[in-house]
Amino acid sequence: MNELTAANTSPTYNMGVVKQFAIMTVVWGIVGMLVGVILAAEMIWPDLNMGLPWLHFGRLRPLHTNAVIFAFGGCALFSTSYYVVQRTCQATLFAPGLAKFTFWGWQLVIVAAAITLPMGLTTSKEYAELEWPIDILITVVWLSYATVFFGTIAKRKTSHIYVANWFYGAFILAVAMLHVVNSAAIPVSMFKSYSVYAGTIDAMVQWWYGHNAVGFYLTAGFLGMMYYFVPKQAGRPVYSYRLSIVHFWALVAVYIWAGPHHLHYSALPDWAQSLGMVMSLILLAPSWGGMINGIMTLSGAWDKLRTDPTLRFLVVSLSFYGMSTFEGPMMSIKTVNALSHNTDWTIGHVHSGALGWVGMISIGCMYHLIPVLFEKPKMYSIKLINMHFWLATMGTVLYIASMWVNGIAQGLMWRAFNVDGTLTYTFAESIEASMPGYYVRLLGGTMFFLGMLVMAFNVWRTCCGNPSTVDGQLVSSLAEGDKP
Amino acid sequence: MSTFWSAWIIVIFVVTVAGVCWVLVANRKVIVKEKPKDGEAPKTGHVYDGIEEYDNPLPGWWFNMFVGTVVFAGIYVVLYPGLGNFPGVLGWTSTGQWQEQVTKADERFEAVYSTFEGQSIEELALNPQAFKIGRRLFGNNCAVCHGSDGGGGYGFPNLSDDDWLYGGTPEAIEASIIHGRRGAMPGWLAVIGEGGVNQVTEYLFQIGGHEHDQALAEAGGKVYATFCVACHGADASGNQAMGAPNLKDDVWLYGRSPELIKTSIRSGRQGLMPAQKEMLLESKIRLLTSYVYSLSRQ
Repeated sequence: MNELTAANTSPTYNMGVVKQFAIMTVVWGIVGMLVGVILAAEMIWPDLNMGLPWLHFGRLRPLHTNAVIFAFGGCALFSTSYYVVQRTCQATLFAPGLAKFTFWGWQLVIVAAAITLPMGLTTSKEYAELEWPIDILITVVWLSYATVFFGTIAKRKTSHIYVANWFYGAFILAVAMLHVVNSAAIPVSMFKSYSVYAGTIDAMVQWWYGHNAVGFYLTAGFLGMMYYFVPKQAGRPVYSYRLSIVHFWALVAVYIWAGPHHLHYSALPDWAQSLGMVMSLILLAPSWGGMINGIMTLSGAWDKLRTDPTLRFLVVSLSFYGMSTFEGPMMSIKTVNALSHNTDWTIGHVHSGALGWVGMISIGCMYHLIPVLFEKPKMYSIKLINMHFWLATMGTVLYIASMWVNGIAQGLMWRAFNVDGTLTYTFAESIEASMPGYYVRLLGGTMFFLGMLVMAFNVWRTCCGNPSTVDGQLVSSLAEGDKP
Repeated sequence: MSTFWSAWIIVIFVVTVAGVCWVLVANRKVIVKEKPKDGEAPKTGHVYDGIEEYDNPLPGWWFNMFVGTVVFAGIYVVLYPGLGNFPGVLGWTSTGQWQEQVTKADERFEAVYSTFEGQSIEELALNPQAFKIGRRLFGNNCAVCHGSDGGGGYGFPNLSDDDWLYGGTPEAIEASIIHGRRGAMPGWLAVIGEGGVNQVTEYLFQIGGHEHDQALAEAGGKVYATFCVACHGADASGNQAMGAPNLKDDVWLYGRSPELIKTSIRSGRQGLMPAQKEMLLESKIRLLTSYVYSLSRQ
């Protein structure tokens, strides 16, 4: 295809740290999703915690979110960004020692989280629960990451910077800023600190962070992945460079405003709530720009979807991305939010993004990346990728559909009044009505988790297996240009 | 908010939205460069690791949708609060909306509650309509601690039996709901020591008619007469004026096992029933009182 692609397995690229992060993506994916399945079961059978505080829902829940976002998602982002930045800049990683440090440092953060959260050590800030010593470690690792990434961009051999790197760059810069500002705290002991903000300001800073953890970490970072792996796997040019420019700048400029929609009808001043809502609505088009650019890249290569389950992962993830970025602006409208707030609808929305978008695009990228990294012609079994695809897709659909039903039922039950002005239903009755949805959610989550086990087996056989055992019947999951 | 911060908010909001619009319009190119002969869209000429980029225009429907959301935002911040101190031409506030709904609800439901005016708690307890509303109020406000049947739980008193910490008369129940209650059993470990705790526990088993160690119970009786008697009374039947429980009726709010009773003596107990005065209208509290009263009469 291009003479530069011949550099695929070139020793000039630093692939060691990419490999490490890729393998840990699969490992932490399994851990994080297993905790999620346990939590879904605890919602049905609370006694599953066996009376142990370490297994209590309240302590495992932040462990689940931290494990899937920062451990699974984080490793996928580190791995693919180190890979993509080298390949698209035609340059080896800047400061390879520092890159190594980011791997071990990040793993240390994850292990520290896995120990402290079940112990009940928490700042109580959602998605920023880790206590101050770990926060400092995160800052050091993140600044090292920024140094490696931007250093590599600086020494690039191409004249322009590829769009994937814009998104990775924005993600790295924004997360550094968000983490430092939101985690600012005064320590009172080794394991306890208090936020420097108070009251409503604390809530606003927290959701400025929280929503941009979604916007920059879970969206911009993964769009970076999308912009490299979708055209690569499809073997097609990116649909529109102009669309890339517009939706990139609009996305980064507008996302940062959307946080207040988490605080509708609260003590937050009305003007801030309004701006949060209208900016969330404006965000619809920039978000869809990424989906359009990804899906339209396939035009002319639709037939590949029939034979390539890896590409299916990527395309379905973009569909879920489009769906949840439509749902998000709708939920930010005050009148809709009045119904959806605090219900399972929010949980469903988060998981259509987390399982459907973040999870499936990471999985698709790993199926592309792992054979390349371990110098194999393709994954051990394409059939197993296909099986994983169906488990993940069906699991996600069951999960979000059950949460829609539950969320709307809860919202309607909570606002139902009797003729005497009393509430028609008690809270416990709304929980009882949610039980069928909890069973379906557990089923969906378990399917998604089982898919990860299938993936782990496939990855293990690909990395360690004898190449002659590869089932040669099916098409390669590699794009043309990547064949060694 | 000061004029400076108000202006700051307006400026950064307008600059952000205008900047985004500029990027959008500047890149709007409906007609692209001439298509090459093979019908393929032109490319930008960049190649990254084998990836090329088409120079396709922005999709028209997408462009229009983008403009539509920006127009909506513009109209919204003129009508509603958003631009700093500018209150919006509709004069809407979230507090105003809430107040409006509360006023409307109060008007609407006053009719229902006014029918019960002038009736005593005892009368209300026999009124099936009042009972129905009372049960709903209980489900909404009380059941989370006291259970949907009023049966209570660990640390939360049973309201359906005949045993009352602060009295079961209509007046006492109403006072408990309006003002709340604060249990204040002090911890005695520092005063009577672990030995004293054991002795008093055995004494409590003795007066309750349970198996006990005679020698310890006797010693415990003396400790009781010195330290416990002031609140729980000489015959251990408690004192409803201060919420000191009866210790010989075999009702144990914090569990009846020797270890739990010892914990109560050692460290004390601080029960808390929150006051409902600020949260529920007087008319609702009366119906709630009659419901709780009727629970213990059944």
